[in-house]
Amino acid sequence: MHTLLDLFLSFLQIGLFSFGGGYAAMPLIEQQVVTGHGWLTMAEFTDLITISQMTPGPIAVNSATFVGIRIAGIPGALVATIGCILPSCILVTLIARLYLKYRKLDLLQGVLASLRPAVVALIAGAGVSILTTAFWGDGPVALGNTSWVMVAIFAAAFLLLKRGKAGPILVMVLAGVAKVLAAVLFAL
Amino acid sequence: MENRAAVLKKLFFSTLTLSAFTFGGGYVIVTLLKKKFVDEYHWIEEDEMLDLVAIAQSAPGAIAVNGAIVVGYKLSGLLGALVAIVATVIPPFLIISLISVCYTAFRENFFIAQMLEGMQAGVGAVIASVVYEMGSGVVRSRDAASLLILAAAFAADLVFGVNVAFIILAAGAAGVLRTLFHHRKEAA
Repeated sequence: MHTLLDLFLSFLQIGLFSFGGGYAAMPLIEQQVVTGHGWLTMAEFTDLITISQMTPGPIAVNSATFVGIRIAGIPGALVATIGCILPSCILVTLIARLYLKYRKLDLLQGVLASLRPAVVALIAGAGVSILTTAFWGDGPVALGNTSWVMVAIFAAAFLLLKRGKAGPILVMVLAGVAKVLAAVLFAL
Repeated sequence: MENRAAVLKKLFFSTLTLSAFTFGGGYVIVTLLKKKFVDEYHWIEEDEMLDLVAIAQSAPGAIAVNGAIVVGYKLSGLLGALVAIVATVIPPFLIISLISVCYTAFRENFFIAQMLEGMQAGVGAVIASVVYEMGSGVVRSRDAASLLILAAAFAADLVFGVNVAFIILAAGAAGVLRTLFHHRKEAA
């Protein structure tokens, strides 16, 4: 019972504070699920983001289902998912109602304009945690401990995204295949 | 427009299929919602749809979920919102439930473990390129306040470990102040 309540409240916060869509929920999920409650390790969290990228559906809803089911089965998944969409349900209908009545949105847009830079910074922060785990695993962040294969895969993937205009799903699959080949051929 | 039951049925199945087959996040799904309800069904006016999309993007939560709520609410009130949201959540809920059941067994497999590890570097690259694009948008705007918010949020998150929700609230409050200040200047 206690776990279900925890799941609900955690995902309620994620739903309430993620502005800007897409990756904006990621830092909040990391904080609740990895650092806060320890429901997932950083590596599992990264897998979750990867899975979310490759399947339809918003990251927040995918995470709610994934974490909920692992912590408390189907009831957990339901409770977490409801928690994460409840703030949207209430706030969006409220704003839509006001809008259909008054047709003015400029305060909202002003707030959003200031949130955007903060959201970029937070996404960057979550990216740093993901890459730290990818490059150094659970060990200390030190030069001798660096997984250079992962650094190389990251650099190649980044270039491919920027220069080659390849889609994110293709790039992630290629990154995975590169690691398998490195492991099989060179035991890296 | 057709009678309410027919509208609800069409709303349910169109949001369900959009949610099941849309990869690439909220912005993509919002575009498809527009195609369906403005261009195909002619249920919503183009201008009004733009404002509804703005609401979906400025409210907290996943954009795909918010988009479904605004469209559902506009078409058929609270019941419409409910129908749209259930239809949007069902596909990711089912897909991720299945994946999370297989995940543990999957993770033990050597090849899949290597693949997922490589994909960590890949997803890191995807996030890095998102941050690069969004970040250069902020930098190019040459708006001092936005740059300040970006830097402060990044430092608060990574250096001082401030709760992500507080950072969002602070940036939102800054947005309210800026908008009010702007209004005053215009009025004067």
